[in-house]
Amino acid sequence: MISVQACLDGILLGILFALIAYGMALQWGVMNIINIAQGDLVILGGYIAYFMYLYGIHPAWGVIVAPVIMYFVGIAIYKLVINKVVDRDLFISILATFGISILFMQLMNFAFGADVVLANSDYGTTMLFNNNVVLPNSKIFSAFISILFAICLVIYMKKSKLGRAIRATAQNARAAKILGVDTEKVYAATFGINAALCGVAGALISITFTIHPYMGLPYTIRSFMIVIVAGLGNLPGVAMSGMGLGVFEEFADYILGTEFRIGSVFLLLVLILIYRRFKLSRKREYLK
Amino acid sequence: MKNNLILYIGILIFGIAAPFVFPAFKVQLSILCVLIVLATTWNIQGGEMGYNSFGNILFYGLGMYLCASVQVGMFFPLAEWTESGGEKTFVHTPAQFFQGMAVGLIVAAVVPTIVAGLIGYSILGLRGHYFAICTLGLGVAAGEISGGIEIIGAGQGFTTPPFPDVGSLDSRGEFFYFLSFFVLVLTFVTVRAIYTTRFKLILNAIRDNEDKAEAMGIETMKYKIIGWMISAFFCGLAGGIMGGLVGYIDSTDVAFDGREMGVFMVLMAILGGKGTLWGPIIGATVFHIFKEGFWTFFLGWQYVALGVLIVVIVIYFPEGIMGWLREKYPERFGEVVDEKDRKAQVELK
Repeated sequence: MISVQACLDGILLGILFALIAYGMALQWGVMNIINIAQGDLVILGGYIAYFMYLYGIHPAWGVIVAPVIMYFVGIAIYKLVINKVVDRDLFISILATFGISILFMQLMNFAFGADVVLANSDYGTTMLFNNNVVLPNSKIFSAFISILFAICLVIYMKKSKLGRAIRATAQNARAAKILGVDTEKVYAATFGINAALCGVAGALISITFTIHPYMGLPYTIRSFMIVIVAGLGNLPGVAMSGMGLGVFEEFADYILGTEFRIGSVFLLLVLILIYRRFKLSRKREYLK
Repeated sequence: MKNNLILYIGILIFGIAAPFVFPAFKVQLSILCVLIVLATTWNIQGGEMGYNSFGNILFYGLGMYLCASVQVGMFFPLAEWTESGGEKTFVHTPAQFFQGMAVGLIVAAVVPTIVAGLIGYSILGLRGHYFAICTLGLGVAAGEISGGIEIIGAGQGFTTPPFPDVGSLDSRGEFFYFLSFFVLVLTFVTVRAIYTTRFKLILNAIRDNEDKAEAMGIETMKYKIIGWMISAFFCGLAGGIMGGLVGYIDSTDVAFDGREMGVFMVLMAILGGKGTLWGPIIGATVFHIFKEGFWTFFLGWQYVALGVLIVVIVIYFPEGIMGWLREKYPERFGEVVDEKDRKAQVELK
């Protein structure tokens, strides 16, 4: 029964990871930037929901408020920093976003304190299999909302004009520019959408789990891992590997103990990268 | 060449005299030496080889834990030492302390080198940002995992043996200063010797175009691993000294501190100028002075300042101090400059 519990927990958690990873895949594909601050944007979104909870508004509304605020935060980050590193060396962008990550981490630490907090949603729990498996309704709610947002975004990317411009830029930025796409605007919008997705995910995490200013980096690493396992632009793959990671984590937590949970995530990343490296080297290719 | 010799002797004399001239800054000077060692060794891969690693902190932390564990474990049961949490149930005699430190430092240098060699084959096959993220993950994973291991103190930390009572009060600072200065000189001599050989040219070839270097018949993997092992050797030494200097090891705040030391070494090398011999040294000195000078003003806000500093340096100053000097005075760097061409370029700008 423990394993059923861990599996279900992991899948519900993994859907959330997949949402964050989708944002990362989007900006990686379009702008060729790996955003180390991804996780910190998630946590910031979580704090927005938490503050709504503190002021007596039900935190579930954070799912609507957080992305709106985060969209503008994302645009601001893009205008201030990212647009200067977009077509530079990749390491420069990694280091610059690492700086943003440290900045956000610390500002959140000052603004909201170093306590572990959660926004209580009072959703109760669902019991399954003769009360052997306990599922908080908030987890089910968050998984449902994540799927909803993901579907909306996919439709938006397929149908809308901006969505098509984003996809065109991802395929070939120069050609898109020639055909009249304002790539600068597309980049800004992509970063904004990514930040908004992080905001949704963060709000859901603050309802379901806990948030803490320093918890950002693991979310970045998780989404990076999901994207490299699934590949860019492979949406079902992102969902599947997100759930797989969630289940892995729940089992690692259960078998190795909670103190090794984050460590095992990072170790898994290293192992996956090494596996990919040996798989590709057989064909004399390399990750690029 | 003659000028250089005078310069080196001058620096050596300054280095030896420094703790007596500025007795109040002995600890700061020792930290500066360690920082220079870290920046210089990071530069071997980051600057010369083009493999931007966030993971050298792994060897630093490993060296720190190994040195302290050997120093304690040689004479006393390690588990009981860490359990007592720094209470002085066991006291090292001076002979035991120095003996333990010497063996500890050797272990702290050798084991990370072996580790680098072992993991190098799998990790150095990654390229570009995959390598950067992989090493970042490695550093954080090491910190998280070592924070869960009981025998080296787990979450509560590990107190390194206190310096024994050998006469004067100043001896602790002097001991650690000369130790770190010795390692600094060792590093500098080694790195300088490396940079005059074919090895450096191979590293540069790997940085500029690895596929082409391989096509020319260079076994790139071998040289990449050797380069990483050299870095690991000195990072381990630096970590061992720093552990004794700080006197307390914590898994994520001192040893595998990716947020501080792990970024600092990258930042110092970039600030000074990647891919130059003197760049990391200048960068580390400027950075350390800036950090110590301003940290007190930014009290509590230092990480905010650090974040801003990283972004500013990376965006507006990616060539570093040496790169800037090189552009300004190319003659000094032995480059022949056509005056006309230079003027034309300035006018174009």
